[in-house]
Amino acid sequence: MSLHEGSIENIAGPVVRARGMRGARMYDVVRVANEGLIGEIIRLEGDFATIQVYEDTAGITPGEPVVNTGAPLSVELAPGLLTSIYDGIQRPLPLIKAQAGDFIARGVSVSPIDHDRKWLFEPAATVGGQVGGGDVLGNVQETNSVLHRVMVPPQTKGKLAWLADKGEFTVDEPVARIAAEDGSETELAMLQKWPVRIGRPFAKKLDPTVPLITGQRIFDTFFPIAKGGTAAIPGGFGTGKTVSQHQLAKWSDAQIVVYIGCGERGNEMTDVLREFPELEDPKSGEPLMNRTVLIANTSNMPVAAREASVYTGITIAEYYRDMGYDVALMADSTSRWAEAMREISGRLEEMPGEEGYPAYLASRLADFYERAGRVALRGGKDREGSISVIGAVSPPGGDFSEPVTQNTLRIVKVFWALDSDLADRRHFPSVNWLRSYSLYLSDVKGWWHEKVGPEWLHLRNRAMALLQKESELQEIIQLVGPDALPPREQAALEGARIIREDFLQQNAFHDVDTYCPERKQYRMLEIMLGFYDLMSKAVGAGVHIEEIKSLKSKEAISRMPLVPNGEYEKRFDEMERAMADEIRALGVGT
Amino acid sequence: MSEKKVSGKTKNAGARIDKSVEYTSVGEVSGPLIVVENVSGVAYGEVVKIKTSAGEERLGQVLEAGESRAVVQVFEGTRGLDTKGTSVRFTGETMKIGVSEEALGRVFDGTGRAIDGGPEIIPDERREINGEPINPSARQYPRDFIETGISTIDGQNTLVRGQKLPIFSGSGLPHNDLATQIARQAKTKGQAEEFAVVFCAMGITAEEANFFIKDFERTGALERAVLFLNLANDPAIERIITPRMALTTAEYLAFDRGMHVLVILTDMTNYCEALREIAAAREEVPGRRGYPGYMYTDLSSIYERAGRIEGREGSITQMPILTMPDDDITHPIPDLTGYITEGQIVLSRELHRKDIYPPVDVLPCLSRLMKQGIGKGRTREDHDAVSNQLYAAYAEGCDLRDLVAVVGEEALTERDRAFLKFADLFEGRFIKQGHDEDRSIERTLEIGWELLSTIPISELKKIDDKYISKYHPSKAKAEQPAQPHETAPPKAEGEKDSPHETAVAPKKDDGRKKTDSGKKTDSGKKTDSGKKTEPAVKGR
Repeated sequence: MSLHEGSIENIAGPVVRARGMRGARMYDVVRVANEGLIGEIIRLEGDFATIQVYEDTAGITPGEPVVNTGAPLSVELAPGLLTSIYDGIQRPLPLIKAQAGDFIARGVSVSPIDHDRKWLFEPAATVGGQVGGGDVLGNVQETNSVLHRVMVPPQTKGKLAWLADKGEFTVDEPVARIAAEDGSETELAMLQKWPVRIGRPFAKKLDPTVPLITGQRIFDTFFPIAKGGTAAIPGGFGTGKTVSQHQLAKWSDAQIVVYIGCGERGNEMTDVLREFPELEDPKSGEPLMNRTVLIANTSNMPVAAREASVYTGITIAEYYRDMGYDVALMADSTSRWAEAMREISGRLEEMPGEEGYPAYLASRLADFYERAGRVALRGGKDREGSISVIGAVSPPGGDFSEPVTQNTLRIVKVFWALDSDLADRRHFPSVNWLRSYSLYLSDVKGWWHEKVGPEWLHLRNRAMALLQKESELQEIIQLVGPDALPPREQAALEGARIIREDFLQQNAFHDVDTYCPERKQYRMLEIMLGFYDLMSKAVGAGVHIEEIKSLKSKEAISRMPLVPNGEYEKRFDEMERAMADEIRALGVGT
Repeated sequence: MSEKKVSGKTKNAGARIDKSVEYTSVGEVSGPLIVVENVSGVAYGEVVKIKTSAGEERLGQVLEAGESRAVVQVFEGTRGLDTKGTSVRFTGETMKIGVSEEALGRVFDGTGRAIDGGPEIIPDERREINGEPINPSARQYPRDFIETGISTIDGQNTLVRGQKLPIFSGSGLPHNDLATQIARQAKTKGQAEEFAVVFCAMGITAEEANFFIKDFERTGALERAVLFLNLANDPAIERIITPRMALTTAEYLAFDRGMHVLVILTDMTNYCEALREIAAAREEVPGRRGYPGYMYTDLSSIYERAGRIEGREGSITQMPILTMPDDDITHPIPDLTGYITEGQIVLSRELHRKDIYPPVDVLPCLSRLMKQGIGKGRTREDHDAVSNQLYAAYAEGCDLRDLVAVVGEEALTERDRAFLKFADLFEGRFIKQGHDEDRSIERTLEIGWELLSTIPISELKKIDDKYISKYHPSKAKAEQPAQPHETAPPKAEGEKDSPHETAVAPKKDDGRKKTDSGKKTDSGKKTDSGKKTEPAVKGR
């Protein structure tokens, strides 16, 4: 491919216009100015190309060269991705630090993947057989928790002419050779490259049926997300978006987690970096970092790289999906990504849409979320993988009517609405149960009923109805006071309160409560609603509500979240019996 | 700034033509911008010297660099510039400031020129004022407790070294008193370390600036302070560079000289106005309320310069002050700030009217780094629990005030009356303190316990029994405070994180708050689109 060399004509912040670029393609990566800053072509007009530059442009002069690399913005995919922390264009931050010091200087060129490290490759295919894109050639134990499958790149197919024996290889050394039908042979190394703005191919999309268990009660039981699903968490500042995203990254039962810190705080990323290597995956017992890829493009890092960061993240997610894994991707926050688009669009003097955002905001958001999903993979029999995408949204002024929130809600199927009123009351996670929704309830019902308990949807819907009733009763209370309500309604209020305070609230900073297994969630809700039934019966039989409120069982219920995950089965059974006994002691037949 | 020393050469300069060329080809003057035509070799972001026909010199910076045309923003305003006699010289250098320890004790104007009558400082180094982002993997997570001596901050919204914690204030509220008191009293426990204050004024009045200077003088802090003053009558556009000058100096003192630097930036609202002015002059597509779409990114390039770096001694702690236009916390300036900073201290007009100083409304306040900075070995083991309990009890007391307004105090139960009284006591004794009152964290917690002792022990649901038996005034009297804490097992409620009695079902409407009166200050402010009224100072 011929390299076009042009020269800079105009510079305005991160947007540079260059002449002499005829023949360059849209989204080609270019090296800008004498320092070779990384940029991407975002508009072509005749001889001119408009380029967004991923680094600071101060000090650059018109006339300096622009060199086209001829390739679109791509990521390197190979063993070594996990445990890494990258900037928005897949440069490892620790290597930037080693090269440039504590501050991110521009013009730093570092390789995303360690090309010197040797990996133990174990072949897993038969020489002589036909292989195609996505077929597994061999395995590499990338970290203790994850087996990296070395795959045939998507466009390659043919007969496997040679496969390396078990042994140590760098990512660049050939491990296989494929003979195409025309007789030409291709050598394959473990390293693949893939352009970030194009989704990796798959065979077909499947319906999501398995929930992504997050260990967070309000998410799993009330508003579940399926593996391969999409969710949005909008909320004003201080409502706990980032804590929720961190909880999801920590405890989701995905095999791979990609966490994108997109335009957020530097100290938050440091917190993740500090904490994840110390935390254990509840399933494998390995450090969480072993299954995690972090992408940190903080708010003060170049805005164009922020725009690219979500694409970098989702492409890495797709790569692991293609290995057959369930991947969860968190983007915090998609609003900053949208703002980056707005900034670039403004510099291009495009006609703005709503609130200055470009008119293509909706389609870009849709494209991104559409790369999620549970899919049947190419290459091989009945292999499946999934990507679940959870995007935080930061609406200005906490106002959900703004374009990013609204356009996101048109696409995603789960909506976890964070509420500043709840946050002010220190009700965390501050998910508003009346506004939130999940469209996966019927999809994951089967899984819950089979694996956890047959009453799941029934319990969940009863609890929701109770909460709904509470909100109606609250309106009456505002007028007449709580004492004026009939006993039955008072019992309903008490029942709703138990669910609100002891089920929906969950302490992310408590050792036990931070992760609640699905069976425990089920049992908790069952017991709480059981208690509510007993309460209703008791007040119906004339017992005063205050008498019930002072029961030991009620206090035991409030301690349920803290019962260690190893012993809850037994203790909950005991509680259930004690509960019935206590109510019976009040003179009510059960 | 000692511009005489500028050599006119940069590493790229080889590719360019002579920088001593003076252009008289100003084609357009518009707001704070001028367009210079027929230029060549102008670098983006470079500093420009402009001479008016009257011979006055001004500073500018290139906003857009074309092959033959450059858009320049003039920091000292465009008054008196013409398209005939004005001459422009491009210096070939981006905006820099000379940094040196000598800057301590000195006063500079908004562009870094000494204005205290002293000599120009001899810089150790000249640094770009835009700085570079700290690599997230080089950061050290901030967790060293700073004792400010102010109960509402130390007790409820703890500040740690390397944090950025803004004060959201309103016109006429005593944010300056609070800021000086913090600057005066801030210390870490037990060690005497080198500290410095960098004070950056943007568009405040001379009177306000004098208030700060006098206070620094009075307490002897001036020797350890660097002041950058862009006053109300100074050019507005200059405000774009003032905080960057200040932060570059702060970074040098912190990360090269190992000092713990407190940076006070006031008033960020004026900074944002200047940003909007430039955006409007450039005819950019506006975002919310006319502020540019990149304001978030721009503000983050200021706020994110706070922090600590692994392996380096010093730290930068930022305390930006901003006055919320119309006391509206959803206005883009406080809103975007809140998304970047690690919490906020919100001042309340209502408390101020009740003559409570500092009028900190603890309910919408937040310190995101508090949890990591407190507890055993940092402040005290019971800090978190006491803080949660105080918050919950005060929130409940405030809610009850609303109720009392409807049903009258007689209708309340004994228990509720205790909470109502607690809210008054909390404001009068915990929030309120003297301008020079420097409360230790122990004293703050002690006051907290005294107040909590006015409500029944059975209501202290957020505090572990072991702390109650150790610190509760009715129990602690008999025992030594240094009692080993072996008693009762942790109570369930002690671990939870919510006011027990107050939570209600959330509203079914959209996420914005309706005016539910009571604990908030003046309400009924317009949002940007003007379609809804919202309460004023109320966090989220």
